[in-house]
Amino acid sequence: MSITPEPETIVGSINQEPLTSSGSAPKQAETVKLSTDRLSFHYGSYQALHDISLSFYANRITALIGPSGCGKSTFLRTLNRISETIRHTRIDGQITLDGEDVLALDVTNLRRRVGMVFQRPNPFPKSIFDNVAYGVRVNGLARGTSVREVVEKSLRRAALWDEVKDKLHESAHALSGGQQQRLCIARALAVDPEVLLLDEPCSALDPIATAKIEDLLFTLKDDCTIVIVTHNMQQAARVADNTGFFLLGKLIEFDQTEVIFKNPAAKETEDYITGRFG
Amino acid sequence: MLQRRRKIVNVVMLSLTGVCTVFIVSVLFIILGYLFWNGARYLTINFFTKLPAPVGEEGGGMANAIVGSGKLLLLATLIGVPFGFLGGVYLAEYGTGIFPSMVRYMTDLLNGVPSIVIGIFAYGVLVAPRHHFSTLAGGMALGVMMVPIALRTTEEFLRGVPQSLREGAMALGASKARTIATVVIPAAIRGILSGMMLDLARVAGETAPLLFTSLGNRFWSPGWDKPTAALPEMIYHYAISPYDDWHRQAWAAGFVLLALVLLVNIVARLVLARTSHAAG
Ligand SMILES: Nc1ncnc2c1ncn2[C@@H]1O[C@H](COP(=O)(O)OP(=O)(O)OP(=O)(O)O)[C@@H](O)[C@H]1O
Ligand SMILES: [Mg+2]
Repeated sequence: MSITPEPETIVGSINQEPLTSSGSAPKQAETVKLSTDRLSFHYGSYQALHDISLSFYANRITALIGPSGCGKSTFLRTLNRISETIRHTRIDGQITLDGEDVLALDVTNLRRRVGMVFQRPNPFPKSIFDNVAYGVRVNGLARGTSVREVVEKSLRRAALWDEVKDKLHESAHALSGGQQQRLCIARALAVDPEVLLLDEPCSALDPIATAKIEDLLFTLKDDCTIVIVTHNMQQAARVADNTGFFLLGKLIEFDQTEVIFKNPAAKETEDYITGRFG
Repeated sequence: MLQRRRKIVNVVMLSLTGVCTVFIVSVLFIILGYLFWNGARYLTINFFTKLPAPVGEEGGGMANAIVGSGKLLLLATLIGVPFGFLGGVYLAEYGTGIFPSMVRYMTDLLNGVPSIVIGIFAYGVLVAPRHHFSTLAGGMALGVMMVPIALRTTEEFLRGVPQSLREGAMALGASKARTIATVVIPAAIRGILSGMMLDLARVAGETAPLLFTSLGNRFWSPGWDKPTAALPEMIYHYAISPYDDWHRQAWAAGFVLLALVLLVNIVARLVLARTSHAAG
């Protein structure tokens, strides 16, 4: 669907000015799936995001890194407009999905297309089965498939099937924290999102489950655009095609992951990556 | 040393909580035992199947009052639960601005209105203009009394549902209404239902409003538009009568009333345990 240029041929333009979409794009030849243009966000009078302009490319994994409290979750939550559910908040700027204005889209339809896994696992107090089936039931089902099939497939993709296949009708709250997180991933996958937003999906997982999730991300790339927030540098380096570095509500640098980790342009990025602060 | 102190504090606190628990539970058993000793041990099948005997005669029962209480509480539930529940959903999920806080304040005031005042009001509005007492008037008075607590418990339990669950549902494309109906309310339903049960138990014992609305009746009360007997009202009339037999029947009625309330509670809990198991 899209051409991947050789990493060496691309030079990201990096500076501390608000990045323009043309300037920040590491690759010209790729399709932009989702992008923001001078996006700002307020919690009441507190401005949590400042003029973020960023593009997510189709079938690519983009990692967002940055110290705690820098606005990564806030940014992610504006992309599917779940931030609107918090009172006294304001979005300024533009978000575009497939050329459509996200802020003008029907919000339920938008959220079906842009799935999300939250920072803290939030399974519904229902059975494991009903958790995964929830989105399918809400949105109606693709023709010719059964809810059971979708549930099984989603749980398999989230590397949870073997652990829960004998207790599908037990409460999801009886699962461990890591299992709950994978259940939330399965739940998001069940509706076949075009974009998947993952907010530190592996923070509660052991290395084995983490590896499984990372494998899953690679397979998902084929039909999905992925944005992942992570505190784990190695993880970002392993899975992400592009990486954005946030600091104090600003996007400091956005480029190919290799460039960010090997040859960052901004001093702050380098300091953060080498662990000198944050 | 510190270890020892911790252990002692632990033992002391544990025994304190234990003593309090035993105390509370024993109060219930003492009341039950007292009711039983004074009247319920004379309970016969007649009490449940016969009408009150003519004044001066021994025996008879309170079948009409048991059925009457059932009808009154059914009406009260039909009024109190839907209004309270929907109002609570509105306050918890949709209410912003000045109007909801006004509603909340009014509800608390209504909750503080003495039941006898509600009785007089119901008399003025539902009884006097129609020139007769009725089950309908009694049930409506009790229903109005149920609304405040039904509303506030619904609101409180819905507010207790974590925001993250709402976000989880909406992130999957559920509309707000759908989220409330399929995630938020199910998550809170056990608490809401037990709150409603307590609410019902509270009005089940109300006597004052009934004296002004359903009045009392020594015979069957067919339909909804005639005066009817009810257990609390019978207890009141029988307890202040000069007859020993009536006193015993008043105690027995008290016992039956308490037993019915407990029974409703237990049944509700069983139903809830079943549904929550199925729902996960
Ligand atoms: N609901 C809220 N109301 C007010 N301020 C908020 C809210 N949520 C977040 N903030 C503030 O916005 C800023 C960014 O928070 P955010 O959760 O986006 O950080 P983050 O980068 O995801 O951090 P972490 O890595 O710890 O998850 C913080 O200063 C935080 O205090
Ligand atoms: Mg976060």
